[in-house]
This record gives sequence, C-alpha cells and structure tokens, in this order.
Amino acid sequence: MDNYFEEQDYTKSFDINLWKKLIGFCKKYKKRFILLFLFMTSLAIVGAVFPQMTGYAIDNIVEARDLSTLPAFIAIYVGLIIFQSILVFAFIYIAGRIDADVSADVREAAFHKLQNLSFSYFDNTPVGWIMARLTSDTFRLGEIVSWGVVDIVHGIFTMLAFIVFMLFTDVRLTFLMLAVTPFLVIASVYFQKRILKAHRESRKLNSRITGAYNEGITGAKTTKTLMREQKNFEEFDELSSGMRRASIKAATIQAMYFPIVLSITGIGVALIIGEGGRAVIGNIISLGTLTIFISYVLQMSEPISEIARVLSEMQSAQASAERTVSLLESEPDVVDREDVIEKYGDFENPKPETWNKIQGHITFKDVSFQYKTGEQVLSHFNLDVRPGEKIALVGETGSGKSTIVNLLCRFYEPTKGQILIDGMDYRERPQIWLQSNLGYVLQAPHLFSGSVRDNIRYGKLEATDEEVIEAAKIVDALNFIENMEKGFDSDVGEGGGRLSTGEKQLVSFARAIIKDPAIFVLDEATSSIDTQTESKIQSAIFKILEGRTSFIVAHRLSTIRSCDRILVIDEGKILEQGTHKELLRKRGHYHNLYTNQFKKEAESRILGV
Amino acid sequence: MGPNIWLLSLGIFLQAGSALSNMAAPLVTRIAIDNVLGDEPLSPHFLVMWLVNLLGGLEAWQENIWLAAIAFATFQFFIAIFVFGRQRSMALGGENIAKRMKDKLYNHIQKLPYNYHVHAKTGDLIQRCTSDVETTRRFLQQQLIDIARALLFPGFALTVMFSINATLTFVAMAFLPIIFIFSYIFFSNVKKVFKLAEEAEGELTTVLQESITGVRVVRAFGRARFEVDKFIGKNNEFRNLQFKQMKFLSWYWSSSDILCWGQIALVFSIGIVFAYNGTITSGELLVFSINTGMMVWPVRQLGRVLSDLGRMQVALGRIYEVLDTPAEKDTPGAVSHDLRGDIVFDNVDFKYQGSKGRKIFDKMTFTIKKGETIAILGATGAGKSTLMHTLLRLYDYSDGKITINGKELRDISKDHLRHNVGIVLQEPFLYSKTIQNNLEMAKDEVTKDEIVAATRTASAHEFIEGFEEGYGTMVGERGVTLSGGQKQRVAIARTLIKDSELLIFDDSLSAVDTETDAQIRAALAERANDVTTFIISQRITTLMDADRIFVIEGGKLADEGTHDELLARDGLYKRIWDIQSMLEQDFEKEDDA
Repeated sequence: MDNYFEEQDYTKSFDINLWKKLIGFCKKYKKRFILLFLFMTSLAIVGAVFPQMTGYAIDNIVEARDLSTLPAFIAIYVGLIIFQSILVFAFIYIAGRIDADVSADVREAAFHKLQNLSFSYFDNTPVGWIMARLTSDTFRLGEIVSWGVVDIVHGIFTMLAFIVFMLFTDVRLTFLMLAVTPFLVIASVYFQKRILKAHRESRKLNSRITGAYNEGITGAKTTKTLMREQKNFEEFDELSSGMRRASIKAATIQAMYFPIVLSITGIGVALIIGEGGRAVIGNIISLGTLTIFISYVLQMSEPISEIARVLSEMQSAQASAERTVSLLESEPDVVDREDVIEKYGDFENPKPETWNKIQGHITFKDVSFQYKTGEQVLSHFNLDVRPGEKIALVGETGSGKSTIVNLLCRFYEPTKGQILIDGMDYRERPQIWLQSNLGYVLQAPHLFSGSVRDNIRYGKLEATDEEVIEAAKIVDALNFIENMEKGFDSDVGEGGGRLSTGEKQLVSFARAIIKDPAIFVLDEATSSIDTQTESKIQSAIFKILEGRTSFIVAHRLSTIRSCDRILVIDEGKILEQGTHKELLRKRGHYHNLYTNQFKKEAESRILGV
Repeated sequence: MGPNIWLLSLGIFLQAGSALSNMAAPLVTRIAIDNVLGDEPLSPHFLVMWLVNLLGGLEAWQENIWLAAIAFATFQFFIAIFVFGRQRSMALGGENIAKRMKDKLYNHIQKLPYNYHVHAKTGDLIQRCTSDVETTRRFLQQQLIDIARALLFPGFALTVMFSINATLTFVAMAFLPIIFIFSYIFFSNVKKVFKLAEEAEGELTTVLQESITGVRVVRAFGRARFEVDKFIGKNNEFRNLQFKQMKFLSWYWSSSDILCWGQIALVFSIGIVFAYNGTITSGELLVFSINTGMMVWPVRQLGRVLSDLGRMQVALGRIYEVLDTPAEKDTPGAVSHDLRGDIVFDNVDFKYQGSKGRKIFDKMTFTIKKGETIAILGATGAGKSTLMHTLLRLYDYSDGKITINGKELRDISKDHLRHNVGIVLQEPFLYSKTIQNNLEMAKDEVTKDEIVAATRTASAHEFIEGFEEGYGTMVGERGVTLSGGQKQRVAIARTLIKDSELLIFDDSLSAVDTETDAQIRAALAERANDVTTFIISQRITTLMDADRIFVIEGGKLADEGTHDELLARDGLYKRIWDIQSMLEQDFEKEDDA
C-alpha cells in the first residue's frame, strides 16, 4: 500500500486492454481522427514529392535545355508549397483540438468520479496524487493521442512514400538505400529509449533538489541553531552533483544520437553517389534521379526517429493511462441504492419534491464501524437524540467523536447496525437528501476562492443579497466584511487565504446558517475566534441551533456548557453522559477535562494568545 | 565561471566547425555533378580547389567516383563529430554553471540572517532556485547555440553563394529579414495568449485543489453538482484557451512555412533560369537550393529565441536579488569563550531591523548566576523568544551591554555560541530523515546510549520504539507524520544530546500534555548540573519550580522572584495562578445554582 502512491514513471509491457479503455474517450472525435489521418498522409506524400520536383527540373529543364515547362513547373512548385502549408495549418489545428478536448474530457470524467467517491478514498489518497492524475496525466494522455498519432502516421507514410517513389525511379538504388535503413532503425530505437530513460532520471533528481530547497528554506532557523549549514550543504552538493551528472549523461546520450544518424546517412549518401554516379556515367539513370536519391537518403532518418521517439513516449504515457484508469475505476463505498435513486434522485438529478422534511430525530442503533484497515472505532454504539436536542461530544483525539459525526453525515456508513433519521434508516434515501438538510461547520474552515458573498451563498445558491447580509449579521461577521475593501464582493483569496482563521470561521458559519438546515454539526467551530467575538456570537449560535438537532464537537467550555446533553467519548464508547451540572458533580472524566480546559482558556485570556 | 565560459565558447567554436562542414558537403555533391559526372570547368573557388587537390586532383576524381562518395561521407562524419562535441561541451558548460548557481543559492540562503527566514516566502524562493536557474541554463545550453547557428549558417552560406553568383545570392536573401521579423513579432505577441492559457490552467488547478481539500464541505452542503458545473466551466475555459494557443501556432507554422519555402522556391526557380542560361551549373543550382534551406530555418528560430530573451534577463535578475541579499556576518575578531558563568543584561535595547521605532526591549537589565534555572513568563509578542535568540546572536541587540562570563556577547563568535548553546525552538523543525539521523545531528559523534538517555529524558523513547521501525522511522512526507507534541519531544532530545553550556527551551513543551510535561521536567531536574537553563512557557506549572521566574511586560523585566515571592505580590503571575481558585469558586456556584 505504501508504494502505491510512489510515482511509477513507466511500465514495461504494452497493455492493450488499458488503451482500449481510453479509446472510449477518442471515439467521440472519430471524424477528426479520420481527417487528421488524411492530412498526415497527404503531408507525407507532399514531402516526398519535393525531391522529385528538383530531379525533374534538373533533367527536363536544365539538362534538356528546355524552358517551355518552366512556368508550369513553377506553378506546380508554388502550388505544392501552398498545399503543404494548408496541410500544416490543418493538422496542427485538428491535433490541437483533439489534444485539448481529449485531455479535458478525461479530466471531466475523473472529476465526476471524484464527486461520487467516498470519504475513505479521500482519507487514504494524498491530495497531490489525485491532483497529478487530473493535471499532468491528462495532459500526457491528450498529447499522446494527438501529437503521438501525428508523428506516427507522418513517420510511417513518409517512409512508405519515399520507398514507393524510389522504387518507381530506380529499383537497384532503392535496395542499396534500404541497406542502411536497418542501422537507422536500430540506432533510433536504442537511443530514443535511452534518451527518455536518462531524462527521467534527471527529472527525478530535479524533484529531489526542489525538495531539498524546500527543506533547506523551511528548516533554515533550526539549521542555524544546530550549526548544520556545512553538513546540509554537503548533502545538497551530493544531490546537485548527481543531478549534474545525470543531466550531462542525458545530454551526452542525446548528443550521440544525432551524429550517429548523421554518419549512417552519410554512408548511405556515399553509396548512392558512388553507385548512382557510375549509373549516371553509364547513362543508366539521369542526373536528376541521382539528386532525388541523395535527398531521400538525407531525409530518411527523420521518419524513423519520429516513430522511435513516439514508441518510447508511449511507455510513460501508459503509466499515466494506468493511474488515470485506476482513478476512473475506483468504486465508492457509500452508494445510493438503485431504487432509491430512481425514486428520490441523486446529487446530479435530485428530486427534492419527493423528499420528506427532516424532523431531526436521530438514532444510532447498535452501530459498529471499522475502517478498511481493520481498525475498529465503534462497536455496538447506541444513541438516541430527540429532535432539537443539542449534543456535545467531548473526548481525546482518536476517541471516536469524529467517527460519530462522520457516520451521522453519512460520509461513512456503519459496517453493522443502522442509523435512523426520524425512525427510518438513512440508506432509504439518497445522500443528497440528508446533506441538503445538514449545517456543517469545521474547525479548520474551508473557503473557496471567490467573493465573501459567493462563499456565504454556497449554503443556499439561490439566496438573495438580503439573506446573505442577514446570515452575516447573525454570526456577527457584518462588521469585518463591511470593513473590507469591497465589502461582500471582496475576494477571499485562494482557500480563503486573505482572511484570518477567525474570519474564515465566521464566514463558514454564515454559510451554514443561510442553509436553514434541520441538523447542525459544529466541529469545534468556534475555537479560533477570539474570546470577545465568541461571546458575541455565542448567543446567536444558540438562537440558530434552537429547534434543530445539533452535534457539537467542542473544546470551548461556553459552548459545551449550554448543551442539552454532554457525551464523554472514549475508545468509541460513551463514558459519561448528562448535563454539565450533573457531570461536574460526578467529579469524573468530565470534571477532569473541564478543569484542564478551564485553566488553558483562562491562561490564554490573560496572556493574549 | 572561468572554465565553463571556455566550455561554452568551445561549443560555439565547434558549432562554427559544423557550419563549415555543412557548407562543404554540398560542395562535394557539386563537384561530383559538375566536374566528375558533367564536364563543366572546375570552379576556381579556393574551397573547391583545395578539396579537389586534397584527394589527388580532378583526374583522380574523374577516374573514381568513389572518391567523391568518400569525401561526402567524411564531411558528414566531421559534422557528426562537431555536433557531438558542441552538444557535449554546451551540456558540460551549462550544467556546471547551473550546478554552481544552485549550490551558491542553497549555501547563501542558509547563511542569510535569521530575520530573513522569519519573513521568507518559501514558494517564491524555491522558484528562483529551480525554474529561474533552469531558464538560465536553457539559455546557455540551447538558445546560445540557436543564436550562433542563426548567425553562422547564413554567414557561411552567403560567402559560398556569393563566390558562385552574386545576383542569385541577393535573391536568396530576399525573404530572410521578413522571416526573422515575422517570427519575432509573432512570438512577442502570442505570449499574451500563452499567459492567458497558463492562468486558466492555474485557475483550473485551484478549483480542483479546493474541491478536493474541501471535500467535506462539498458533501456536507450537497454541492457536488455545483462543483462539477464549476469545474466544467473552468475546464472548458482552459480547453478553449489551450486550443486558441494551438490555433495561433497553426497560423504561425503554416505561414512561416510559406515564407521559408517560398524563399527556397524563388531561389530554385530563378536558379533554373540561370542554369539554363549557363550562368551557373547544375551542381551550383543544387548548392544554392541546399544553402538556402540552411539559412531559412535557423533564421526563423532566431526570431523565436530573441523574443524569449527577456525571460532570461528576468530570471537572472531574480536569482541575483537573492544572492545580493547580505549574508549573516560575524563581528571581526570575535572569539570563543567559556560560557559557563554569569549572564548580565545591562540596559539592553532591541528593535527589529526595518521596523520603525517600536522597541521590543527597552533597557532590559538583569543578572543570572551561573547554573541558575530561569523561567520566563509573558504575553504573546512580549519578546520572550527574541530575548533568547539574542543569546545565540540570531539577532543582534541595538544598544546596551550583554556579557556572558564577563565577555561582551558581540565579541563571542556566532559559531561558538551556536555550538555551545542548546536551544529548542518554539516550532522545531525535523529533517525528512530517520529519527535517528535527526538526533545524531546534534553532535559529531553520538553513541546509541547517549541517544536513548536523551530520548528517555524527553519522554520520547517509548513512542519512538512504538513505531514499526523504531529509531529508523522516517519523519515527514516519506514516513510518519509526528504530532506537534512528538516533534517537540524529539527536538528536546536532539538538543539534550548536544553538550551545551547554556540550555534554552523556547515554549517547547506547549504541545505536550500536562502529564508528560511534568515527567520531562522531573527528568531534566534529575540531570541537573551547573548548566544555566531558560524555560519559556505559558503554563504556570511548567514554570513554578524554576530558581527564579522572570515576568516580562512592555519590553521590560516587570517582576522576578521565586514562585512563592511572586505569589505574594499582585501581578501577572498571581493572576494566572488564581485561575485555579477561580475554578473552585466556579464549581461551588454551579453546585449552588
């Protein structure tokens, strides 16, 4: 499992099934592929015609001392050039279109898939890994099905055209020239493979160097206190030397390839000059024919190296294909039943008119939960929450509080037992039904790029401006928002980066409130708001929670204290439950937690953390 | 840069060699066609004469056509060698320079002052060290050759062509300026479209990233549909711009092809007439057509390269901006000094460089006896950490005197201080190596026993052993992610391994739970020797056992004394201590209610 996310850069054997799966994305563009094929074959033929033109001119105009065909010759020559340019325009246009479309289509399909995948997927897959699938891998796939096809078709047909034209001109010289092609093929296949491998090696080292810079810069302060500068530099020097070596190696291999091809074609041309020259002297072939052959031999290496390069690029493209297909074929754990979707819709096509209103009676009935890794978090957990009841969950990290909330939100489903909402197993309804009725505020608030207004409106897309302002007012965010340069239209920056954590939290609060949900989940929602602001919004929060079933995972005493019922959770079990007063009197776990938390809060109030 | 400049020059010199050989190969074809196969009189051109005579004179050539063949192959082989040599020396030169730049940057960044790193923007710095260096390298290694080629090929080709026929040579030059200007203007202008596409890609990535990291919010709000629509919107925007970019390129390649081929066609057509008239020979016609080909393509590339030159200037500028930031320097004549002694602050002032006015310390004055344990309490931003940083000369104080064991701090070398003062920073950094490697860093030679002793004191041994690979566990992205408290404990152990003459714990127990905190302090007390120790904390329990407690407020030492002494006075310390009793009252109130 550990190595699963390690970037495998290429795969060994060609996997036809894998490519078949991706062909699906190309079918839509069949017409374009046919056009592209036509353009590339025509281009190959035109390319092979040019040397014929030269040969014709030498034999039939210059040597024959006959100018009569010159105007026609020029007309055809210019016509060919224009035709070739049109073909160049058309193939870049079409291939560019295919490239952009196929990669965008794969991205879209993958993103769609992501919206269906369950939390277990996101919890176990690094964000960077997913990102790379939807960016660099889709780029590479788009490239290989467009430009890869361009190069392969052009390469193959150029070679074919050369050979056919040569055979028509002179069979003997053609075979002579074909004698050197195997060497070109061998050299091309050998070197293209190695060039790619060497570049891969140096790229890998390059990303390690980036990592080293990152560590060197973020760790610079510690480095100073440990006097590690010299040692760090020595380690870096090792890396950068390695990178230098690898890059020089890659460049050297590349530098060898072209000269070797040049030498082989040089020998080819020499053979043609020698044999062809004798044939010219013997009047077997014309001078023009000789020049045609010379240009063909000089150009023969191009199609061969094109084909060899694409074939080696296919290897790394296949690795991309493999990873992308693995994402596209991942199965979600939490799925809506077929008949449920039929009746109530799903997230894509919700049918809200068929939904019953949630009262907020929540029951955990003998619920067990186990992560895929086998870690048992809850076993036979029972809990009954009345509509409108406010439940506080307290306990150490890893006690199972978050699991309870995750199960409630149906981010995960119980492995055993049931969760009932208003007496009905929530699996009888689509996920979107519950989630449309959920108010959710996270400890680390997550905002999206865009304006403050957009972010609040995320809770209710059709909300009016008045509703947005009202929501902001309730959580006491109006002040800071209006103090921003553009008020509600101010940009919050990437991930809300331009706001402080406290401000982000207020906005995320407003976002939940505007939704008017039946069930509220607050995950330590107020922990980063300063004490003053907190006390201000505290009463507002409880006003909002009034009449809604709420689950509050909180550290702040003021929040916990006013809940109807406090559950102390440890190792997936309810250790103690009751009201604040009841629990304090017990002088048990809650009392301990409370005392510690109280001290911490009081200290930070005085010291101004 | 010395030898590398020579390597690059050698590369360009070899490029000239390959350009020359490139001119010679068509000459062989020309001789073969005109003088061996045809019966034109031998051209008096010196290169032609030299070539013919080199291989035994015209008669030998005429007797054996294979001489021409061998000559051609030989020149082709020369080109091959020149090209290889050029590529290799450019690669050596370029990569050497790139490596030196990277090393220099890394080393320099490490040596930049502490304050620089407090404010450093990591992403931007990394970009300067990687992509800006890469831009520079690419210029040296590839674009320099492109420029040389675009000057050398036409240069040589024109001399050869002029020696044959001046009029036709002018014809061959007709389109060159247009090709160059067309290329240059196109790439200068199309940059905008490229940039738009780049930005659209950035936006797409942001949407993607936010949607994945915010997956909880997306689901909890039932906004999958909305996210899909948003993504499709950005995806299509990018798709269209990417395509627009290709559309521009298809215009460029096709129209510049017409220009380049048009030039070749023009030379060839007029050349045919000249050849028909006998002004030039068939072989010379071929030379013209081949040489024109050798001019147009490099000239087209030149326009592109030159339009890109600005990027390299910007990149170099950004690199030198980092390198020109002055590195940390030591006081001239600073020496080593035994730090085991009293520490005296005498009217010390401190303010951050560049910050206007606001003093962090204002006439800070106190004396600490050798071996004392001093606890420091103060509000956030009171300057507690800075006070400690001055002891390692991570910051220099602006006014007043600090002496350690009688020596002015400024005159003690930074190296010596940092070797002998152990500090655990507030946010300790662990390197992405094994835990063992991280601990060993403290000292040149460490035994396993020393390590375990330190980790036991820091209450870290047990959790480390709990990992599958124990001390060999990798830290960070490629291994386990340690919690804040675990990191702090490893960092404490690391500092303990170092034999320090002065120990500083800068709020380094903040993420550790109260119980472990007590354990660690008890273990530290057991080790107690005559090492002067500073403990900064916000927790009274962490501070109360110290020999003396300093309360810092408003840049001054507001109060100091033992736990009991401070409790006897009204102040910050007492107020915090009183929380405990407040809590009891609170409970009573609750019970009554």
